[in-house]
Amino acid sequence: MHEGFSPAPDLNNIYRTTDKRNIQGRKRCGELLGRSVAFLAAALVVVLTVSIIYFIGSKGLAIFTVHGVRFTEFLFSTHWWPDRPLEEGGPAVGSLTFILGSLLVSLLAVAVSAPLSVIVAVFMVEIAPVWGQRVLQPAIEILAGIPSVVYGYVGLSLLVPFIRNYLGGEGFSVLAGFIVLSIMILPTIISVSTDSLRALPPQWKEAALALGSTRWQTIRLVLVPAARSGLITAVVLGLARAFGEALAVQMVIGNTRTIPHSLLDPTITLTSAITMDMGYTIMGSLWNSALWSMGLILLLMSFLFIMVIRVVVRGGMVR
Amino acid sequence: MLGNRAKWMLVLAAVLVLVVALAGCGGQEQKQGGEQPSGGQAEIAGNLTAVGSTAMQPLVEQAATQFMAKNPKAQIVVQGGGSGTGLTQVASGAADIGNSDIFAEEKSGIDASQLVDHKVCVVGMATVVNPGVTVDNLTKQQLVDIFTGKITNWKEVGGPDQKIVVIHRPKGSGTRATFKKFALGGVEDSAPGMEQDSSGTVRKMVAETPGAISYLALSYIDNSVKALKLDGVEPTVQNIANGKYPVWAYQHMYTKGEPTGLKKAFLDYMLSEEVQGQLVEKMGYIPITKMQVERDAQGNITKK
Repeated sequence: MHEGFSPAPDLNNIYRTTDKRNIQGRKRCGELLGRSVAFLAAALVVVLTVSIIYFIGSKGLAIFTVHGVRFTEFLFSTHWWPDRPLEEGGPAVGSLTFILGSLLVSLLAVAVSAPLSVIVAVFMVEIAPVWGQRVLQPAIEILAGIPSVVYGYVGLSLLVPFIRNYLGGEGFSVLAGFIVLSIMILPTIISVSTDSLRALPPQWKEAALALGSTRWQTIRLVLVPAARSGLITAVVLGLARAFGEALAVQMVIGNTRTIPHSLLDPTITLTSAITMDMGYTIMGSLWNSALWSMGLILLLMSFLFIMVIRVVVRGGMVR
Repeated sequence: MLGNRAKWMLVLAAVLVLVVALAGCGGQEQKQGGEQPSGGQAEIAGNLTAVGSTAMQPLVEQAATQFMAKNPKAQIVVQGGGSGTGLTQVASGAADIGNSDIFAEEKSGIDASQLVDHKVCVVGMATVVNPGVTVDNLTKQQLVDIFTGKITNWKEVGGPDQKIVVIHRPKGSGTRATFKKFALGGVEDSAPGMEQDSSGTVRKMVAETPGAISYLALSYIDNSVKALKLDGVEPTVQNIANGKYPVWAYQHMYTKGEPTGLKKAFLDYMLSEEVQGQLVEKMGYIPITKMQVERDAQGNITKK
């Protein structure tokens, strides 16, 4: 019996080894392919980013190198008259009004949206997880999916007349701009905050409760401070989104090239100044270059925001 | 394993097909968009792009649709982007036709000598105010004072005691340039005021904001806003055609060099009775054939 069966394991062995070799060969080939595809995709992203930065950088710096505008004048002057004839003093391209408008509107939007979002995130994760998952999550996803032109149009049709009739002014105002923006950036801040709260180790909460903390104390003294870097990331991402938004703000902010003195005054942002003028300017002209430089400012601001996030995250999620 | 591989192959195949298709499209465009035999009876076929003025866009789009229905082998793409874009795109050869509300000579940075002007029609522009404003005539001087910020209340020009809210188009807009040149006599319209990019939004703002004043192309004016007389002259087709009402602009279609083939066929169509007689008037523009006065790039007006 033993002798009769002896060849069988041998055969099995042979099959197994060939099969293994075959699989290994395939695996190696597949791995190589996968690796190269992944590498190419990653390289493409890097190349794209670098070339976009180079493009915007070279276009945006042309105003200083080619047209000889002074750096300080561009950044710190409020005098914007890019088509002023030479006999009246030549073109002026001070963009301080736009920069201030952008900063003001997006900071106000974040000031409204950030506390609200963090509270919603805490509610979703800690206070009513089931309800949060079933009702709040889809609601926020829908909010994120509404196109910005729709936000702008709703703002133009409802918010602007409301402000004009009940608060005064012309309706087109900083107030309308930052309210629309603060609603638009809610989903961004909420979803990043929820993720960072969910990522906390459950033991911390358990330990806090075991020590006799109430739920409020646990949330306020343990969970929110522990998730701090995640929450800051969320707020900075919201700020970046608000800073870059063009269309919705442009529709409700009124676009006056003056610095506002109250929340009910209209003003203008970098993005709306770019979108309004770009269709009319000629490539390479001073005016066109000024718009590119404003684009460069937007790019540099987003660099700054990303750096803030990097620094904060390195500061440590888990300490 | 095999399933995965099959999936990968599918994805790769799809990408390949896409690439080939895109390359094919590009090739075709280059081949067909290039030179067409300019002989009289040659079949009208090929691709053509017309880019520029948003004021002209609805008209050119409509005409292109009719033209393509007649000539199924011709493909005409109409895009907006503004007069400046139209002029630059045609000057650099990126578009076949550049639509513009202003003369190429008026736009600095454009080599106008390369471009051939085809005036298709005329569009008038009128001062519009919120329907709540009781004023219905302004003199040129009053208009200048309002748009330079000297007059800030409607009661100074015989209206209600109400703040004037000035709404501008962006600097560089063809409508703004025309309005400044012919309604304000070239005075810089520097009154502090809001700015809106599109004519549609300007109309909505004027209609809803008490005390608002702005300017619109006649093709955009409807019952929601009130068009004002200028120096007692009403902005009508008749008054523009006979030269009484001064605020109007030609709608130009520029080509680089003399047009041939499809370009010529389409431009001829724009000037044909079918477009001039029906479409142009239906859409709120004034046919070039009706104009009794002519204007050159410097703004000098001559009787035809």
